[in-house]
Amino acid sequence: MADEKPEKKKLDLSRRAMPKQNPWERIKNFDEVALGYLTRTAVEEASRCLQCKKPLCNQGCPVGIDIGGFIKCIVDGDYASAIRKIKETNALPAICGRVCPQEEQCEKTCVLAKKEAPIAIGRLERFLADWEAAEGKIEVPPMAPKTGKKVAIVGAGPAGVTVANDLIILGHDVTIFEALHECGGVLIYGIPEFRLPKAIVNREVEYVKSLGVKIYTDFVVGKTKTVDRLLEEFDAIFVGSGAGLPWFMEIPGENLNGVYSANEYLTRVNLMKGFRFPEFKTPVKRPCRVAVVGGGNVAMDSARTAVRLGADEVHLVYRRSKAELPARAEEVENAEEEGVILDILTLPVRLIGDENRWVREIECLKMELGEPDASGRRKPIPIEGSNFRVAFDAVVMAIGNSPNPLIPMTTPGLEISKKGGIVTNPETARSSRPNIWAGGDIVRGAATVISAMGDGKIAAASMHKYLMNQE
Amino acid sequence: MYKVIERRMIVPNLHEFTVQAPAVAESIKPGNFIIVRPDQYGERIPLSVADWDRDAGTVTTIFMQVGGSTAMLARLKPGDAIPTFVGPLGKETAIDTFGTVLCVGGCYGIGSIYPIARALKQAGNKVYTLLEARSSFLLYWEDKLAKVSDQVLVITRDGTKGRKGHIDKIPEIMQRAGITPDLVIVNGCTFQMMRVSMVTKPLAWKTIVNMNPIMIDGTGMCGVCRLSVGGKTKFACVDGPDFDGHEIDWEEFLSRRKSYNPEEVDPLRRSSCRSHF
Ligand SMILES: Cc1cc2nc3c(=O)[nH]c(=O)nc-3n(C[C@H](O)[C@H](O)[C@H](O)COP(=O)(O)OP(=O)(O)OC[C@H]3O[C@@H](n4cnc5c(N)ncnc54)[C@H](O)[C@@H]3O)c2cc1C
Ligand SMILES: Cc1cc2nc3c(=O)[nH]c(=O)nc-3n(C[C@H](O)[C@H](O)[C@H](O)COP(=O)(O)OP(=O)(O)OC[C@H]3O[C@@H](n4cnc5c(N)ncnc54)[C@H](O)[C@@H]3O)c2cc1C
Ligand code: SF4
Ligand code: SF4
Ligand code: FES
Repeated sequence: MADEKPEKKKLDLSRRAMPKQNPWERIKNFDEVALGYLTRTAVEEASRCLQCKKPLCNQGCPVGIDIGGFIKCIVDGDYASAIRKIKETNALPAICGRVCPQEEQCEKTCVLAKKEAPIAIGRLERFLADWEAAEGKIEVPPMAPKTGKKVAIVGAGPAGVTVANDLIILGHDVTIFEALHECGGVLIYGIPEFRLPKAIVNREVEYVKSLGVKIYTDFVVGKTKTVDRLLEEFDAIFVGSGAGLPWFMEIPGENLNGVYSANEYLTRVNLMKGFRFPEFKTPVKRPCRVAVVGGGNVAMDSARTAVRLGADEVHLVYRRSKAELPARAEEVENAEEEGVILDILTLPVRLIGDENRWVREIECLKMELGEPDASGRRKPIPIEGSNFRVAFDAVVMAIGNSPNPLIPMTTPGLEISKKGGIVTNPETARSSRPNIWAGGDIVRGAATVISAMGDGKIAAASMHKYLMNQE
Repeated sequence: MYKVIERRMIVPNLHEFTVQAPAVAESIKPGNFIIVRPDQYGERIPLSVADWDRDAGTVTTIFMQVGGSTAMLARLKPGDAIPTFVGPLGKETAIDTFGTVLCVGGCYGIGSIYPIARALKQAGNKVYTLLEARSSFLLYWEDKLAKVSDQVLVITRDGTKGRKGHIDKIPEIMQRAGITPDLVIVNGCTFQMMRVSMVTKPLAWKTIVNMNPIMIDGTGMCGVCRLSVGGKTKFACVDGPDFDGHEIDWEEFLSRRKSYNPEEVDPLRRSSCRSHF
């Protein structure tokens, strides 16, 4: 009895865990891994918040959510006000609560991060969004009177959807043009079901539709109609076409059968629902030994997808050490729990195929870490003569993506950066052409959902100003 | 949804397929392709455009029934609707005044070579169109092509029309007719494009082929359509589909194109891993 008290106290101070599916169960399904807080745990977690007078958490959030404010509402049991507060600045809380790299953002700057553990801001955000959806009465914000101005948006990823949401509320007429047959961008074709259920993405898209946003899918701007052709009908354009150009390593053997870009691998499974082949008609391979090259979120998603497709062994081949893995810590942990093997300090130099041109082996070099490079991480240096070969029957390249070149190529007069992105003024998200704005991965290169949304907010504000000052 | 205007079998196994898609029709150029999904569970499959009517807002393709998705397309009736019909995709075929151009079409390529021949003729070229089929009953659109060509030549494998023989006979036929093309453009099955490229290479007749790898998005996002051209990796959907036939690694191309055959043939097949059924 005597020592139960301090223990209890400690429990009260520590961050509430979120229940997850057990690894041995979840590797056999594509259902969401994290199960979300129950009401009681959410309130307990919210109660840990110090309600700082000068909160630091807000500064870490790229869209500046009033975090202390919404947490206070949870403590008071007023979930409706809490979600309303979030939605003042963030139209997609169910998504951000799940996929934001919170440990690098809001939770990093929370004052409790240095003492105990930071408040689980993302989990609380997710809890509220799921609560609202379960209640079934999604609130529609007050809408400004119609302005008669027409805005076109290229791409239905998080950047485009955010701009659409903000501008329709301000009274403009908004139309989204999306190249694929479904909306959501990477949220639909890239991030897997087990991390972000597609029903949630669809729900958010339906929400902006319910506000009156028109969406045309199967419409490739630059091909079906160019940006300049759209400008004959629209007063302003926002380009949120993402970073959809996959990189390859440019090593021998990359065009062998059984070698995929992460985009292809994930698109087959997520967008085309290949994991339900043959009910859905797009096939996906189910190889036995899969190597995923890379160390970011995309690599983790690919590796964990391979596990669920039934591979016997999945290796993550990464050239630096575990400390440098760019993926979220939580996802690395999940991947390891699911049996993904980390081959760190390893660099593929050649892929070797059989007589039928199917990949069979990877030749790698061992690496060691040198001085920090431009990214601040220690530079991996190959150890000469350390070549070795490992057998694999599939290789997924998850080493990065560049901005999609289609709009830059078909829109004369747009200033383009060396890396192929659209150059914008960071304060307005406006491009070198006066009636074209851009944001998200097409500007930054592969970045994050919330930074794409942050860009969208900036662009929408600037576009609104421009549209209203136009006679 | 996109309305099906017409779908009829024009010769055994080849279907003429016309869909209402005004925005697509508005921007099409010869050599482009579209991507279609027959239903909400369907694959995204690419088809070359064979004709269009900008005023009516319709697009026509010719497809061959080979597997599941094309079998579903083959069951469509006028008035039905399909969920995806997106395009025009890919770069258009480069049209210029080249002089004498030989347009070669086979299979569905007899359809997709038509707008190319038409544009070349309009650009002031001397256009010879050569059609190849196994037998005369597999030929179509000869009258349409005749109108846009200076001459239509035919090769059939069984000799029921035109020259008897194989596509390899092209140089012989052309030489006999006293024609030296400044450019050869081939649309059709992979094998035909490869054979033509092989026989024109020693003659140094520049040969453009309209490549047809496996695709998913058709916008440069997934990389499944990659092929080696002149030792460099290209994405057919955005860098092509037209490439120099003499530069293509055909062996690699053929093997990549077949890579999903086991699944297409036996959809219930999983894999050989011990953990699978
Ligand atoms: C596998 C994977 C996992 C990730 N995990 C995370 C994570 O956990 N957390 C996180 O914060 N970020 C993550 N990211 C990054 C994040 O998803 C992106 O930064 C974000 O989606 C960028 O948003 P966007 O709106 O700029 O572009 P996108 O989401 O890429 O959307 C662009 C949209 O535009 C469409 N489009 C492109 N060209 C055209 C055109 N010409 N005409 C019409 N439409 C066009 C595309 O089809 C697409 O739908 C991940 C990315 C990947 C690939
Ligand atoms: C740019 C381009 C233009 C094309 N134009 C035409 C055309 O005008 N008419 C026509 O009949 N066919 C055309 N094709 C080929 C056509 O896309 C395939 O025949 C079709 O996808 C087969 O689908 P299926 O489900 O019926 O057959 P499946 O059983 O899926 O496949 C049969 C074979 O078709 C190929 N194939 C399968 N899936 C694809 C895919 N998604 N993309 C490309 N090839 C695939 C493979 O070699 C496969 O072995 C074109 C392909 C490309 C890339
Ligand atoms: S949007 Fe992302 S960064 Fe902002 S508070 Fe929510 S989880 Fe944190
Ligand atoms: S910094 Fe942390 S403790 Fe302070 S208000 Fe924000 S979430 Fe609460
Ligand atoms: S089809 Fe996906 S990149 Fe070409």
